[in-house]
Amino acid sequence: MCGIAALQLRNPKLRDELGSLLTTMLCEIVDRGPDSAGLAVYDNPTLTTDGRSTLSLLGTGLGINAAQLTALLPEDSAAEVAEVGDTTFVSAEVPAQELADAVAAAHPQAVIAGRGERVAVMKSVGHPLEIAERYGLGAMHGTQAVSHTRMATESAVTAGGSHPFSVADDLCLVHNGSFSNHASVRRELKRLGVQFDSENDTEVGARYVAHRLEQGDDLETALVNLGETLDGFYTLVVTTADSMAVVRDPIACKPAIIAETEDWVAMASEFRALAELPGIENARIFEPEPGKVYTWSL
Amino acid sequence: MTTTLDNVEAQRTSVQTFDLKLGGVRELNKTLHHATDGDTFAVDHPGGKHSIAVGVNAEVDIEINGHVGYYAAGMNQGGRITINGNAGVGVAENMMSGAVHVTGDASQSAGATAHGGLLVIDGNASARCGISMKGIDIVVGGNIGHMSAFMAQAGRLVVCGDAGEALGDSIYEARLYVKGTAASLGADCIAKEMREEHLAELGELLRAAGRDDDPADFTRYGSARTLYNFHVDNSSAY
Repeated sequence: MCGIAALQLRNPKLRDELGSLLTTMLCEIVDRGPDSAGLAVYDNPTLTTDGRSTLSLLGTGLGINAAQLTALLPEDSAAEVAEVGDTTFVSAEVPAQELADAVAAAHPQAVIAGRGERVAVMKSVGHPLEIAERYGLGAMHGTQAVSHTRMATESAVTAGGSHPFSVADDLCLVHNGSFSNHASVRRELKRLGVQFDSENDTEVGARYVAHRLEQGDDLETALVNLGETLDGFYTLVVTTADSMAVVRDPIACKPAIIAETEDWVAMASEFRALAELPGIENARIFEPEPGKVYTWSL
Repeated sequence: MTTTLDNVEAQRTSVQTFDLKLGGVRELNKTLHHATDGDTFAVDHPGGKHSIAVGVNAEVDIEINGHVGYYAAGMNQGGRITINGNAGVGVAENMMSGAVHVTGDASQSAGATAHGGLLVIDGNASARCGISMKGIDIVVGGNIGHMSAFMAQAGRLVVCGDAGEALGDSIYEARLYVKGTAASLGADCIAKEMREEHLAELGELLRAAGRDDDPADFTRYGSARTLYNFHVDNSSAY
């Protein structure tokens, strides 16, 4: 069992409240996964800046030296380092891959949990509400955000094993369930040159989606292909720089509920996480159908 | 005898109201467990909380104003419970008697394993509606999801919309009535002739649910009874 709560704000007037709304949602999914949690927040100006790549690194006190990274980057692109909660953010005006290469060269032990120009990824072990408090989620603004509370089944309770998995620029994936054939799909992706950070089943799902997007699939097609390749139980929320998608496996054991108004679209494992959203009383509320991919764009 | 929704609209005197924004579900359920026949309750701001009005054991009227979470009205015995909203997983699961009316949609496993009473869902019900039903009557105004009436043993399931994949898989003696189409039938589930007695009982069920659909528009499904006994031709499979 895991909990998911995701929110995309269509109405710019609500974007100052993204963090407080998501915190309200997160409170109601804690019971579903109290061992660790993760957050992805898009377009938060204190964490990410358009035109600059930001890497989210697991942990703080990593000894990341901005000057040392800057020396590894092209001229005129200074690296900046900031610590928020349990995450170290490294940013620079270079493509995310160049920055990731510099981090890997200078700090080979650092684990990159998120990357892109728009998304900040924060993952920690512990009670989800304490984690949200440490990051100051309640005060964050932004365009869309995803939260996940984890009850680990397939791999260890670590910050790295918690969700979201963000393995390509501005792409995040969270998962309630378990993939049963992840080892074979991981092997196949490795054969194609895809590199992995962990033994986690969800990382395979995220790498698979990233691989399909790289091959030219749009988000919907990538998730249709995921359904044909990965076996197991899943409710997934996948976000990109400007869109959000929800898909459940065809057996649909893992719960999901969607609510939509002109101002926002929200998905959660259970309705109670949506109950306090503004205008919920007039929202279109429905359970996503098994095996069907739903997408929304900002 | 078919339970009906008629009594639910009976005159309500001295309604005891619970606001779940202020009090907990345990307090509500404890009060309901000590209620006596004829008592009337209203529940406001259910907020999708789980286990609302579970284990009711008297002929009471309960009106819940909003969406409920998992297992609402579970194990109901005698209560007439109206949910003005949607219901989460397992609404009216293991109901023994009484009536539960959901005015919106219901999530999966609605009416699971229930022995009696009437469950009416005005909207859609998702997967596994009536799974292992053992005597309950279920009337769904919209569609139902896949694997509904799986291993259904007794009772009646009426669907005024369409049914998802594998309807009635491994069904025993429950009777299923579907107005629209069934995406596929599960193992040992077949379409059956609508005889006079079926039209009559379906008419009674639709009336009990407050609906005016024509029984003649429905198809009956039930067990082919080929899984009841071991077939010697299958011995090589073991």
